[in-house]
Amino acid sequence: MSETVYEVRDVQQTYGGRTVLRIPHLEVRQGEVLSVLGPSGAGKSTLLRLLALLEAPARGQVRFHTGARWVTHDTAAVDDRRQITMVFQRPVLLSRSVQANVRYGLRVRGERDAHARVEAVLRRVSLDRLAQAHVRTLSGGEAQRVALARALVLEPRVLLLDEPTANLDPANVGLIETLIREQHAQSGTTIVLVTHSIFQARRLATRVALLIDGELVEVAPAPRFFDAPQDARTEAFLSGEFVF
Amino acid sequence: MLALIYTGMGLPPVVAGLFVYVLFSRAGPFGSLGWLFSMRAMIVAQTMLATPLIAGITMGSITSVDPDLRPQMHALGATPWQAVSTIALEARFGILLSVIAGFGAIISEVGAVMLVGGNIEGRTRVLTTAIVLETRRGHFALALALGVILLGLSFVTNSIIMLGQGRGRWRP
Repeated sequence: MSETVYEVRDVQQTYGGRTVLRIPHLEVRQGEVLSVLGPSGAGKSTLLRLLALLEAPARGQVRFHTGARWVTHDTAAVDDRRQITMVFQRPVLLSRSVQANVRYGLRVRGERDAHARVEAVLRRVSLDRLAQAHVRTLSGGEAQRVALARALVLEPRVLLLDEPTANLDPANVGLIETLIREQHAQSGTTIVLVTHSIFQARRLATRVALLIDGELVEVAPAPRFFDAPQDARTEAFLSGEFVF
Repeated sequence: MLALIYTGMGLPPVVAGLFVYVLFSRAGPFGSLGWLFSMRAMIVAQTMLATPLIAGITMGSITSVDPDLRPQMHALGATPWQAVSTIALEARFGILLSVIAGFGAIISEVGAVMLVGGNIEGRTRVLTTAIVLETRRGHFALALALGVILLGLSFVTNSIIMLGQGRGRWRP
């Protein structure tokens, strides 16, 4: 049995008095690609921010295993947090060059001599020719690839991806999915992928969770989730008959 | 606080000068310091005029940085201090503008320094007050020459500030 990386227990998250997420129990296992599916506003991004330890839940606990001990938002040290990296749906890049953006995470870790690593990751995301370009000259797809590159260069133990291909053309979607697949296969990185695309989850996930209206409806290995869903709402969501 | 800063940004220099005058006059609360008609009183008045300008423009440029930047920097491993530094660097042009605006307000100011400095030759006379004096005396050529020197000083100082901004900054 795989080692558990995250344990989410009795979690509720509220914003302005409104409960946006309720998860009685969820585990993320070492080396898996867990895809979190659900319609817009289901609480997928909220779950990802909790897993990134960027915010604490209003109730319950999100625990992350560092390899040595369990930590939470309140107890995690900087080095613990640095095992986790997140790519946001709308990446905000620094108003500098592509290379400077990709180098950022390494520099905050005090790794000054990381030119070779930055160059290698830029080649992986096919942005090596744009290394010196200012980010304002990039297309949406290129900007998203910079966001992915600045996460991949850190070689994180856990990679959290919040709809990394939303609003991108098929070529960019294909490229980003290939990068995610390679990262998982080559480094065994634990990946939590938030998406609203059933097809993307099918292509990438080893396990799938469905969130609807802040509630965790079903979690299952990908083949079972898609071929033999246990919950009627999952069935409706997969068949496109889900009514908001 | 915000209202105070914005009011300060539009503070008429003469009013600031009058306030400092009252503070440092013989009967004022800081009269015993003997700072009236000295450089010290002029510095206090200039600081009172420049600080709200610098604070207001800096605040505006910091708040114009995308609020999503901070969590994204944290997600990349930045400590709170590193994230704040990064935000300040993103707002660097606005911060630079605030320094230039503050400097511009000070170097071109007449009313407050005249009031609290007294325009005493060799002690509290500055280029702007000297220009006023020479114009009143009818020495227009000298006043114009001083004006050109003032402009030149402003140009050189601003150029140095801008050059300094482009170098030696910490770039995470």
